[in-house]
Amino acid sequence: MRLEARAQTPAWMWLAAPALALAFTLALSALLVAWAGAPVGRAYALLLEGGFGSRFAWAETLTRATPLILTGLAVAVAFRARLFNIGGEGQLYAGALAAVAVGGLHGGSAFAVPTGVLFVAMMLAACAAGALLLLVPALLKSHLGVDEVVTTLLLNFIVLLLVSAMLDGPMKDPAAMGWPQSVAIADALQLDKLLPKSRVHTGLVIALVMAALLSVLLRQTTFGLEIRAVGANARAAAFAGLPVRAVIWKVALLSGALAGLAGAVEVAGRAGYVTLDMSPGYGYSGIVIAMLAALNPLGVVVAAVFVAGMLVGADSMSRAVTVPTYIADVIVAVSLIAMLVATMLAQYRVRWR
Amino acid sequence: MIPAPRLKLAGITKRFGDLVANDNITLELQAGEVLALLGENGAGKSTLVSILFGHYVADGGTVEVDGRVLPPGQPKSALAAGIGMVHQHFTLADNLSVLDNVMLGTEPLWRPSSRRRAARAALLATAARFGLGVDPDARVGDLSVGERQRVEILKALTRGARILILDEPTAVLTPQESLSLFATLKQLVAQGMAIVFISHKLDEVMAVSDRIVVLRAGKLVATQATEQADKDQLAEAMVGRAVPPVARERGLDVDLAAPAARIVCALHRAGVRGAGRNPALVDVSLQLHAGEVLAIAGVAGNGQRALADLLCGLLALDSGTLEVLGRSLPARPRSWIDAGVARIPEDRQAVGSIGELTLWENAVLERYHSRRFSRWGLLRSARARDHARRLVEQYDVRGAGRDGLDAPARTLSGGNLQKLILGRALSGVRYRDQGPQLIIAHQPTWGLDVGAVADLQRRLLDACARGAGVLLISEDLDEILTLADRIAVMSRGRLSAARPREAWRLADLGAAMAGLPGAAASAAAPVDTHHAA
Repeated sequence: MRLEARAQTPAWMWLAAPALALAFTLALSALLVAWAGAPVGRAYALLLEGGFGSRFAWAETLTRATPLILTGLAVAVAFRARLFNIGGEGQLYAGALAAVAVGGLHGGSAFAVPTGVLFVAMMLAACAAGALLLLVPALLKSHLGVDEVVTTLLLNFIVLLLVSAMLDGPMKDPAAMGWPQSVAIADALQLDKLLPKSRVHTGLVIALVMAALLSVLLRQTTFGLEIRAVGANARAAAFAGLPVRAVIWKVALLSGALAGLAGAVEVAGRAGYVTLDMSPGYGYSGIVIAMLAALNPLGVVVAAVFVAGMLVGADSMSRAVTVPTYIADVIVAVSLIAMLVATMLAQYRVRWR
Repeated sequence: MIPAPRLKLAGITKRFGDLVANDNITLELQAGEVLALLGENGAGKSTLVSILFGHYVADGGTVEVDGRVLPPGQPKSALAAGIGMVHQHFTLADNLSVLDNVMLGTEPLWRPSSRRRAARAALLATAARFGLGVDPDARVGDLSVGERQRVEILKALTRGARILILDEPTAVLTPQESLSLFATLKQLVAQGMAIVFISHKLDEVMAVSDRIVVLRAGKLVATQATEQADKDQLAEAMVGRAVPPVARERGLDVDLAAPAARIVCALHRAGVRGAGRNPALVDVSLQLHAGEVLAIAGVAGNGQRALADLLCGLLALDSGTLEVLGRSLPARPRSWIDAGVARIPEDRQAVGSIGELTLWENAVLERYHSRRFSRWGLLRSARARDHARRLVEQYDVRGAGRDGLDAPARTLSGGNLQKLILGRALSGVRYRDQGPQLIIAHQPTWGLDVGAVADLQRRLLDACARGAGVLLISEDLDEILTLADRIAVMSRGRLSAARPREAWRLADLGAAMAGLPGAAASAAAPVDTHHAA
């Protein structure tokens, strides 16, 4: 068996590829649903209804999607420049800690400035924390050739231990009855709700604005051209005079800032404080989402909503039928693989011989 | 009864998508014959050979050896039938001896001891029979390129090859080494070997072959006995149309000895350490004047890459001095571009362009950040497209398809891509309509078809006539002899003195390329031999 590149991919194939990938994913997951002893049709109906079937479902899905969009964007922009940032999780927590440090210590009154200014400072601090955390692996990569996959991945665990230390130490909430959680940011700094009686908050708007900005950045700015050039062919980019190292550092700062922002938005939009389990792997899911979206910022929004919908829907489905919520992870993972295979098959034909 | 031909290809057809790489090709090869497979890059020579050797499976047609059909897609049976291949890029392990290399892969892995003595005897016997002298214990890494090629041929012969396929065998050889290869091939066919000689160089095909087959765009367009062949007709068959020759018409019209002759690029005792044990550049001195073409000849891998990287702003000097357009420049490509140096890299796909980016993005890649193409960090894409459109027209870049300027650069053919790169380099930002002062061209026409070669060479000469100094680094002697005013030769990181083209005899060039002692003497002579002349 071998693959031969297609001279040209017909337009219908580009449309059919995601549809077929989704169909394949649902078919394969149906086997697991049936194995769990649940009626497949009903389980899927419940899954869809739980994720997208009502105002409440949409509200929950969009709440989940908010940090996922931001971590997805963080990964997408870094991967575009071939900076393989696997450290979104750590950067998210670093951002969350920084947000609490600015907006939560001393009851949020550590800095005597107006609330609006403090809010901006809190968000910027979170961005800076994430950005600086990724800058270190980026410098190691550009100067010493250290593989950033390893360094960013391992930094995640270091940051988590740091969070743990902070939650039991300087940031510990004395009123939390011994639970490891941080003090909360001031009420005035919390994000408003978008819809009454739901958890959707204005962080979604921030995430959507970021996606739009990033889309413009990649397509229409010189920095965007630099990112795409360095990612596609760093040697040729260097020959043409692009400042390859500086591009990598700037991308690292941008990517880390987006992941850090995800942490701050999650803190300010949800509980108001940091716990050790505030992120169920949003940083890692960001990788899946960015890949599903083919590293396209607007695609990230769609992919994040899809993944969030599956997670939320599976929660609600598992309450009604006997399928564990892990089915959502299976669906997301299989859909990613199916999507990658489908787009490859759109570009290559298989020859059996 | 006529015996079955040694090798027969019957109706071979191979498609890649819409591209027909081989279209119903039928040819025969007799024992004791050299068949030349002539064609441009992309004519389908490599595909045909890959099918013959079992790397590809043909969509139609059969391969027969001595009247027996080979099973398709099995390199093993091709080997067993006696087909031996000598690749353009050698497949030898540098750290092993000649004998080890010849034995490599011939012994079953489960046999506890290797039969070196028998293999050695077989190797020496084969070498003696065909007059190919080698030292079986020499380390391959220490051999010259010509000797390595001999080892490759021996490797095929000791495995019982009766049909030998040589893919562009002279591409890496000096003229002398080529002549010695031709003598070897004559000896082989005299003993009943059948040889397929693949090339796009007419002269050597005329010199070595008995019969010539011309491929063009996947089709077999001509078969001729070499005795009756006419060079111009062959060239036309190969290209599909008559190609007027490019020549350096006017002589050098700057008097280099005159103080007015402006030096646009000067290296003095330049040294670069390089990655391996051997230094990449040793004591290299050269002076390039405005309005001349200075060619650097040499066999691949003798330091040309380091020299090109140095003069493209990618590499810093470890010793010596460098002066470009009257000043020294840091090893930073953007400084070189801004200073007005036009650079054409050797590898157009991996270095000269970015295949995933669009044609217009590639067209402005060296200067997208200038005020002309950007403002406040935003790309002025309308202007960039206008610029790209003008380049595409002016430099006759074709084949972008219906997407035009928005097509990814990888969809362009090599020739069109090279035209785009040349256009980008020659229309830099600082030239103010005069064109560049200094052009560094590394293998600018490598692998291109004859038409594109002529076009690019003409444009380089035009730029030179407008006053640019052109440094041409090339492994193609024909190109050098066509374009150069002065020629210097690189060998093992050293550069010989530059002499006017007329002052070089072909034999001297070959000796210098091989790094022979006679050439070393001229390398020690002062660089500006033209002052003395």
